Amino acid sequence: MLSSFVQYLFSGVTIGAIYALAGLGFTIIYNASHVINFAQGEFIMIGAMATVSLVGLGLPLVLAIPLAIAVTVLVGVAVARFAIMPARDASVVTLIIITIGVSLFLRGVAQVLWGKGYHALPPFSGDVPFQVLGAALLPQSLWVLGTALVVIAGLGWFFGRTLYGKAILATACNRLAAQLVGIRVSGVLLASFGLAAFLGAAGGIVMTPITFTSADAGIMLGLKGFTAAVLGGLGNGTGAILGGLIVGIAEAMSAGYLSSSYKEATAFVIILAVLFFLPNGLLGRAGTERV
Amino acid sequence: MSNGGRYRGLAVLALVIGLLPLGLPNAYAYDIAINAAFNATVCVGLNLLIGYAGQISLGHAAFFGLGAYASGILTGRYGWPPLAALVVGAAGVGLLSWALARPVLRLKGHFLAMATLGIGIIISIVLNTESWLTGGSDGLMAGDFSVAGWTLRGDRAWYAMAGGLLLATVWAAGNLIDSPVGRALRALHRSEVGAEVAGIDTARYKALVFVLSAVLAAIVGSLFVHYAGMITPARAGFMKSIELVTMVVFGGLASTFGAVAGAVILTVLPQVLTAFEDYETMILGAIMVGTMIFMPRGLLVTVAGLVRAGRRR
Repeated sequence: MLSSFVQYLFSGVTIGAIYALAGLGFTIIYNASHVINFAQGEFIMIGAMATVSLVGLGLPLVLAIPLAIAVTVLVGVAVARFAIMPARDASVVTLIIITIGVSLFLRGVAQVLWGKGYHALPPFSGDVPFQVLGAALLPQSLWVLGTALVVIAGLGWFFGRTLYGKAILATACNRLAAQLVGIRVSGVLLASFGLAAFLGAAGGIVMTPITFTSADAGIMLGLKGFTAAVLGGLGNGTGAILGGLIVGIAEAMSAGYLSSSYKEATAFVIILAVLFFLPNGLLGRAGTERV
Repeated sequence: MSNGGRYRGLAVLALVIGLLPLGLPNAYAYDIAINAAFNATVCVGLNLLIGYAGQISLGHAAFFGLGAYASGILTGRYGWPPLAALVVGAAGVGLLSWALARPVLRLKGHFLAMATLGIGIIISIVLNTESWLTGGSDGLMAGDFSVAGWTLRGDRAWYAMAGGLLLATVWAAGNLIDSPVGRALRALHRSEVGAEVAGIDTARYKALVFVLSAVLAAIVGSLFVHYAGMITPARAGFMKSIELVTMVVFGGLASTFGAVAGAVILTVLPQVLTAFEDYETMILGAIMVGTMIFMPRGLLVTVAGLVRAGRRR
């Protein structure tokens, strides 16, 4: 009884950490530019698939991972430069369609490059599970959680202690004022997409030994990351992390106790409930609208 | 669009639909034309929501799917006459979309996109999972469409049906756009607060157009299941919803004929470019991004503008 609960909890927290990273990606881009990047999930997929390819070429993981992350960050910056910037002042609906288009385009490229099959990575440090309270904890889960913690701590440092991080925060607060004190806001847009791509890639890579990856893996991961961000309160970093963990755990619990076929629906039921009853999310501030 | 322009457009569309069979060489070409007409009909409805009312739905394929499944299940499993099944399916989707309309359409922008997307995905997961009723991922078979002993059979009959439905829809959409309802929709697109200040019950009009476009999708879905003889959950899925939005956007937002053009081009194109099948997702994405960046008002409006500018010179 307890052991299966703990087992679901482990898998929920593991996948939740990935959703949290994706949610943070949404949050960073949203704060910097008020764009919801529906292509966030593709960053997760590209990071994972690029690693698989590089490992397939014979590169060791320690080399393949940074290279794959670099590729993903480049893709992220290119998306901002060539798809978002030219439509900088377009309406919300237009930007939604653009980022969905970007997501389809990247997925299409991935299908051509890598085919539609599933790919795997070897676990980073063996696959002998630890026994905790009667449940099995994969070493790779610890890698996922450790990576998420390190990345989140690094983000905290970046935004709290560095000039670049503060420039992004300033732009999020007030674009015009940030511009007036000499911040290049177009650079901030590029940086925020690069950073979001980095978060996605990192999550996608550490997750692949557990869940596998495919060219089509990005859609659902991205949408769940968005659910995490909205659940926590769009624009709130801590909220996105909390939201990611809640979505991950809820999904694992509903797969375990209710029905595995409806597991995929969990995140969407959560997001509808949040949107209908709690539009500001768990940690978001009540918004007012200027006319 | 002025009244004269509208009727001229309608006449051109009628002429094209009427004369096209002369140029359709075989059953395959008829099949593409019929599917294009079905897609165009759904897109005209969706365009009322996206183009005129300024709302977005990333879940409209689910309404199409619900209509198709309602018809397939009621006729196949319970032996209902197809027309009754169609009406009940449309009414059911109408009720569902009406119940969803208020909480959903209170949302704006990203949140509206996400909510409609979520509803669409939940519906397609249900269609996929409840296989005792829906046949699961293999899909569901359906018989002919027949009314009072008369059966719709053969390419020509189906073409006339799909073409006629499209023409009627375009005509009705034109009437709606030129009516007080249409003006209210355009007003709330411009500024919701402004429209409310002017005394327009924006929630009611948004709900109305949402229900209308959903019911239209359901009716087309019902006909489609009889035409194609089957339906799979993929037809109700997220990708299909995105395809529908792409058709509307590509042809031109807030232009009924643009929506028709977009639907026809994007239905025909993949059939012509079968050699590029592997690149389909990529091309679809590129079309979406490219349209929004380089011709945000869509193909038809942009081309018409260029033609007009050329004439003036």
